[in-house]
Amino acid sequence: MANPAIEIERLTKDYPVGFWRKKMRRSLDHLSLRVEEGESFGFLGPNGAGKTTTMKMLMGLIFPTSGTARVRGRSINEVRMHREIGYMPEQPYFYDYLTARELLGYFARFFGFNAAERKERVARFLSLVGLAAAADVQLRKFSKGMLQRVGIAQAILHDPQVIFLDEPMSGLDPVGRREVRDIILDLKKQGRTIFFSTHILSDAEMLCDRVAVLLDGKLRGVGSPGEIVSMEVQGMESLFEVGKQHTLPANIAARAKNIGNRYRIEVAEQELYAVLDQLRGCEGRILSVAPLRPSLEDYFFNLVGRQKTQVPAAEVGVR
Amino acid sequence: MSVIPGVVAINTFREAVRDRVLYNLIFFALMMIGAAILVGQISIGIERMVIINLGLSAISIFGIIMAIFIGVGLVYKEMEKRTLYSLLSKPIRRWEFLVGKFAGLLLTLVVNTALMTLGLGAALYFVSRKFERGDATILVAVYFILLELALVTALALFFSCFTSPMLSTLYTLGIYVAGVFAPGILSVSQFTSNWELGAITRFIYYVLPNFHNFGVIAAAAHGDAVPFTLIWHNTLYALLYVILILVASAAVFSGRNLK
Amino acid sequence: MSKRGQNKSHTRAVLLALVAVPALFALCAGLQMRIDADTFAMYQDKDELLLRSGALLKKLSLGYEPLLADVYWTRAVQYYGVRARKPGATYEQLWPLLDITTTLDPKLMIAYRFGAVFLSERPPTGPGKADLAVELVKRGIAENPDEWRLYEDLGFLYSIHLKDYKKAAEAYLEGSKNPNAQIWMKVMAARVAETGNELETSRLIWVGVYSSTKDEMVRRTAVQHINSLDAALGLKRLNKSSEEYWRKFGRFPASIQELRDAGLVGGTLEDPAGFPYVMGPNGVPQLDPHSPIVLESDQGAGELR
Repeated sequence: MANPAIEIERLTKDYPVGFWRKKMRRSLDHLSLRVEEGESFGFLGPNGAGKTTTMKMLMGLIFPTSGTARVRGRSINEVRMHREIGYMPEQPYFYDYLTARELLGYFARFFGFNAAERKERVARFLSLVGLAAAADVQLRKFSKGMLQRVGIAQAILHDPQVIFLDEPMSGLDPVGRREVRDIILDLKKQGRTIFFSTHILSDAEMLCDRVAVLLDGKLRGVGSPGEIVSMEVQGMESLFEVGKQHTLPANIAARAKNIGNRYRIEVAEQELYAVLDQLRGCEGRILSVAPLRPSLEDYFFNLVGRQKTQVPAAEVGVR
Repeated sequence: MSVIPGVVAINTFREAVRDRVLYNLIFFALMMIGAAILVGQISIGIERMVIINLGLSAISIFGIIMAIFIGVGLVYKEMEKRTLYSLLSKPIRRWEFLVGKFAGLLLTLVVNTALMTLGLGAALYFVSRKFERGDATILVAVYFILLELALVTALALFFSCFTSPMLSTLYTLGIYVAGVFAPGILSVSQFTSNWELGAITRFIYYVLPNFHNFGVIAAAAHGDAVPFTLIWHNTLYALLYVILILVASAAVFSGRNLK
Repeated sequence: MSKRGQNKSHTRAVLLALVAVPALFALCAGLQMRIDADTFAMYQDKDELLLRSGALLKKLSLGYEPLLADVYWTRAVQYYGVRARKPGATYEQLWPLLDITTTLDPKLMIAYRFGAVFLSERPPTGPGKADLAVELVKRGIAENPDEWRLYEDLGFLYSIHLKDYKKAAEAYLEGSKNPNAQIWMKVMAARVAETGNELETSRLIWVGVYSSTKDEMVRRTAVQHINSLDAALGLKRLNKSSEEYWRKFGRFPASIQELRDAGLVGGTLEDPAGFPYVMGPNGVPQLDPHSPIVLESDQGAGELR
């Protein structure tokens, strides 16, 4: 079996808390994950779930309390591993006295490209993320969205096989998000492995082959977005319009919601045709009929909601 | 040998150059040298001596200030501002980062000191229209100042790995002052009849970085020669001590969890 | 896969540090010793004080006079201490350093005592400036009228170094007027007035200096002087015996042994350093040439020849 791109085994992180730093708070609890080459993997969870903690450990910014991880067969302890990965931190901060071009050129030097290659790559990736015009502006003058783009550029300019993105869409306007989505899809097409964390579920649904859901440091589920949520069709949804002169049948009026002329109704699958007949009867115009499946969002909110009524994750022992 | 520290060093140098605060310091230093010329006019007969004394003292003081001022933020700033997040994800070892920051600041200090020394040389020439053989000692004094600066920079870097700039400044300054008065510490052990106190002060004397070793400004002012053995020993001393501090810094920093 | 979290590079770095740091400290200590030798060899006699004026320094010190005084005091002690071990050293800056110290902190009593003893020491152990020492002590008395011990220092200076026994007696007397003064101040006043020029009196004064201080350097100097005086006294006694010999036998003794055989002297006849006295020409006893004791120039035993 080929090496997985990312292999995380029982990764755990405890933080000392309290005035005397005696108690430990477990921010990541024995996470085990496996991401295959070429996968686009979404790491989901609300803020504070442990997503960033995991990423930082993989990058060697913080050190695990226990557990290991490997990327493309190399332990996260090895420096060589970093040649093959790219990382975009959550809120990118860069040296604000440098220009975008200088920053990328600086980072490029760590990979042993010669001067010509560096120049070419820097230019190429700057225009890929749409910063060609601002290439020679000092980073201290960049907006958040622009910094985000620099973040992506510096993560991929050395053509890494595995790319880690921490909240890549945050701070971007819809156009920017679209561009980032396209970049990610493009990278995926090139066969690279993408591991990105987000709390924007629609992005995960759209971009990921598989997702993992993290809550309070614990892994709650791994699978394709479809697998995570039940495949069970929970009913049908229909959008329709009704002419002004007609009144809706009572049973429909009770259950339908409207804005002006437009109505939306949810019905059980067995009821669908009966309702449609009734609508035909009052000359309603059917706009759409679609199956209702709980989205990732629903699954998510359920999970979080359930969690909220429970006792929060226990503090793990006293030192 | 890895080229990574050099890459970090050049970038650190670039940062220092673009930090406009530095220029104020250099300006003040040059002003001091100008003042030295004026003072020299007042004390007739010893203008050269006064210029060399004041000039070298100014170069030394401003060098120390710069070394501490920038040094205490070398690692701390990168941790606070999280610029380290993207940097450490690159193929770079933590010790390479430290060595690079150290080298970058040292390079900055060397360039600044060189500029100020040129200013001093110009002032000297302006006053006496010639250079004397004994003036070579001025260059030795400047070289020793650079050795001092390397030590101070390393100390500041070390503290920068784990404490705030304010505390780092206090600690670094404290060690520097103690190091300047090192012979005084030794004399306590020589003139006390208390054996324990003598042993402790002797130990402290040999452990503290001894900045008094580098003090040849008086010799430079008089044009006296500095023995080559002292130059050689001081160089070795500074080199070994800097390595010591960097090794300790690497030990501390390589275990640090960034927030 | 292990359960414990690994941070291999940290462990490696710590191990390296545990080995390298002490080793480097040891190397640096060794280098430091060599550097000390280097700087000792090149030590400046023309060591300048950039700011000579105590009054100016006082203004510049911005309220930190006592601290600055301590700094200069430390420098003064070091200055003397280093030079005392270096042959051919001069002590030009000792007076300025002490002057500045006592200007910044007139109540620093040890500085006056130190100055009294070491400013007056004759070369090679000091600058031989008893007059400046007197000036220093007088300033001390002016600023600290209640410190009777300063009068003792003054008496010491007049008696031992300036040989003005009248002024010495006056100083002791003046000091004895202080109700806290010890009784022997009066005794010394009388003693000095009568027999100021005698070796025994000088010895007594030096014993007084020794017992009234805890300072190692001062005590060491006092002991040296006491030993010197003891040697001189010993030589004087031998000289007397020599003259007796001459009266008895019509010639001077050729050796100490001859004095012994004649029954004129007995016991161990050694100087305080443990070297036996030897007989010189004309029956003038002398110190063994190997003896480290140095007689002061006015203490030769051969006054009567």
